Amino acid sequence: MPVIKVEGLSKVFGKNVKQALKLLGEGKTKEEILKLTGSTVGVNRASFEVEAGEIFVIMGLSGSGKSTLVRLLNRLIDPTEGHVFVDNEDLAAMNKKDLLRVRRTKMSMVFQKFGLFPFRSILENAEYGLEIQGITKEERSQKARKSLEMVGLGNYVDQYPSQLSGGMQQRVGLARALANDPEILLMDEAFSALDPLIRKEMQDELLILQESMKKTIIFITHDLDEALRIGDKIALMKDGSIVQVGSPEEILMNPANDYVEKFVEDVDRSKVLTAYNIMKRPETVNIDKHGPRVALERMQKEGISTIYATDSNRNLKGYVTADDAVIAMRSGVTDLTGILKMDAPAVTKDTLMNAIFEISHDSPVPITVVEDGKLLGIIVRGAVIAALAGQGEVNLTHA
Amino acid sequence: MLNFMENVEKIPLGPWVARFTDWISDTFSFLFDPIKNEFGEGLEEFAYMLADVPPAIVIVIVAVLAFFLSGKRFGLAAFSVAGLLLVWNQGLWEQLMLSFSLVLVASLLSVIIGVPIGILMAKSKIAENLITPVLDFMQTMPAFVYLIPAVAFFSIGMVPGIFASLIFATPPTIRFTNLGIRQVSEELVEAAEAFGSTGAQKLFKVELPMAKDTIMAGINQTVMLALSMVVIASMIGAPGLGREVLSALQRTDVGSGFIAGLSIVILAIIIDRFTQSFSKKKRTSI
Repeated sequence: MPVIKVEGLSKVFGKNVKQALKLLGEGKTKEEILKLTGSTVGVNRASFEVEAGEIFVIMGLSGSGKSTLVRLLNRLIDPTEGHVFVDNEDLAAMNKKDLLRVRRTKMSMVFQKFGLFPFRSILENAEYGLEIQGITKEERSQKARKSLEMVGLGNYVDQYPSQLSGGMQQRVGLARALANDPEILLMDEAFSALDPLIRKEMQDELLILQESMKKTIIFITHDLDEALRIGDKIALMKDGSIVQVGSPEEILMNPANDYVEKFVEDVDRSKVLTAYNIMKRPETVNIDKHGPRVALERMQKEGISTIYATDSNRNLKGYVTADDAVIAMRSGVTDLTGILKMDAPAVTKDTLMNAIFEISHDSPVPITVVEDGKLLGIIVRGAVIAALAGQGEVNLTHA
Repeated sequence: MLNFMENVEKIPLGPWVARFTDWISDTFSFLFDPIKNEFGEGLEEFAYMLADVPPAIVIVIVAVLAFFLSGKRFGLAAFSVAGLLLVWNQGLWEQLMLSFSLVLVASLLSVIIGVPIGILMAKSKIAENLITPVLDFMQTMPAFVYLIPAVAFFSIGMVPGIFASLIFATPPTIRFTNLGIRQVSEELVEAAEAFGSTGAQKLFKVELPMAKDTIMAGINQTVMLALSMVVIASMIGAPGLGREVLSALQRTDVGSGFIAGLSIVILAIIIDRFTQSFSKKKRTSI
C-alpha cells in the first residue's frame, strides 16, 4: 500500500486561478496560460504514488516545479486543486490542527541551504522539532543526540552551525529531520549546495542510513546522476507536469518522450549500467564432453578466437584459444584440460560499467560475468563501447 | 490670470486640526487625566530618586558596565568616568540624571509599543501599507510641532515630554522590527513551519531571535531620538539638561549653553555605545 498518494495535484500562482485551472483542463500549456491569464502554473495535475521505504526522486530543471511540488506535499504551499493522501488522510483538505500533527509526527524536511538556526547550537537545532511538540528537555536531548550520532556528529553537539562545514551542516539538517522519527523525509535539493565529492559521500551515507531506517523518502534534485544513484523510482518533471515515472533503468533506456531523452543523453551511463545489462549469452564448450576439434569448430562458426569452457554444471573452468586448439588437435590430444587458460577477467553481474570499461581495455579476451563460480555471460569490448554510446541491446529485467 | 488663487478661500485646515485636537483632549480626558496625574507623579518620583543616588556610585556602576559591555576594554569605561566627572564638576548632575530618566522611560515605552506594531506590520501586508505612511508623517513632521498637542493633552511637565518623544522616537523601532522579521530567510521560516511550529512558536523561536540584531539597531535609533526630543521637551517644562540650554539661550550665555550642550553629548555617547554593545555582544556569541 502506498504511503503517499498524490492525485491531480495542481498549483497556480497568480490571480485568475479558476480560469487558469479551466485552461489547464483544456490542455493548454504553461506558457499559453501565462499569456492568457497572467497566472503561473507551478504544478500541473501531478499524480503518483510512493511506496513505504522507497526513495522516490523528483527530478527536473530549475523552474520545472519540483520544489513547488514537494512543498505541496507538506503544504508549505497550499495546493490549488487535487489531493495528497498520507496514510489515507488528505492533507489538502486538512484543518490547521491536523496539519500541525502530521508535520510534527509524520513528515520532516531537509533543505537545500540547510535551513539551520544560526543562534541555536547543533543539539538545539536537532531538538527543534521535538521542542515545539512540548517534549521534555531530557527526552528531546536524548533523541536529538541519538540522531546526531547516527549522522556521525555526536561530538559536535555544543558547536554552532557557522562553525561547521557545508557537509556537516547538512548532516545536522538530516539529524534534525530524523530526530522526531518521521515516516516520511522530504529532501529538497538536499545535497545540491555541496561540492561534488561531499555530495557523493552524502549520497552514500543516505543509502547506508536508509538500509536501516527504511523511511519513505521524497528526494528532489536537478542532477540526473544523483537521481539515478539513489532513486528507487524517478519522476521527471517539466513545466509543472510529471512526464515520466519509472525505475532508473526504465527512464534511461526507454525515455517516454524527447524531453526525457534529451535529459538522459547527457547522463553518465557508465555509472548506472551494470555488467548484467550488457552481457550476452556466451558460446561455450563443455570440458567434460568436448575436445579441441569441437572447440575449434565452434570458434570458426562464431568467428571468434577464444572460447570459454565450463563443466557440465556450467562452472567456469577457463578458456581456450584457437591457436592452442589447433596445436592440440594436430598432436592428437582429445582433452581440453591441458590447454585451458585461467587468466580471464571476471566480474559480478552488479559491477558498474565504468569498472568494466577499464578491465575490457586491458584484456585480450571477453570479460566473464560469474556468480558462485557459474558463468552467467560474457562481455565483449564492443558491447561496452556501444552501451556507453547509448546504443546496442540492453537487458533491463533484473535476475 | 495667474493669480487665480486670490479668489479661492483659504481652507480652514488649521482650525480643523485645532478643533480636532480639542475634541480629542475633551473626549479622552478621562484617559489623559489619570495618565497626567498618576503616571506623572510616578515618573517624577522615579526621576528624582534616580537623581538622588550619589554620583560616585552611579559613576562606578557605569564604569563597570562599560568595561564588560565593551568586551573588557577600558576605552568606553575611561570616557564614561571622565565625562560624568566633568558633568558632576559643572554642577549639572541632577539635570543629567533627570534627562536620563526621561530618556529611559520614553525609550522603554517606545519599545513596548513599537515592537508589537512592527511584528504586526511584518505579518500583515495591509497593516504595513496602512502604517508606513503614518510613520513617514511622524518622522518628517518637525519635532517641535508635537509639543503643542502634547501640552493640550497633558499640560506641561514631564508627561507631555514623554508623549512627544514617544511620537517622535517610536518609528525606528517599528520599522526595524518589521524589516528584521521580513529579512529572515525564507528557508528558516519554512524550516520552522515544516516541523509543525505554531505561529507563535515561529515568531518567538525563529523570527524574533533572527531579527534581534536589526531590532536592536532600531532601538538604538529610538533611544537617540528620545534623547534629542527630551531636550526639546524642556520648552514645555520637562526638567533636565534641555532646560539649561534653554535658559542659556534666553540669556545669550554662551558659556553655560556650551557646558549644558556638552553634557548632552556626553550622555548621548554613553547611551549610544551602551545600546550598540548590546546587539554587538550577542552577535559575537553566535
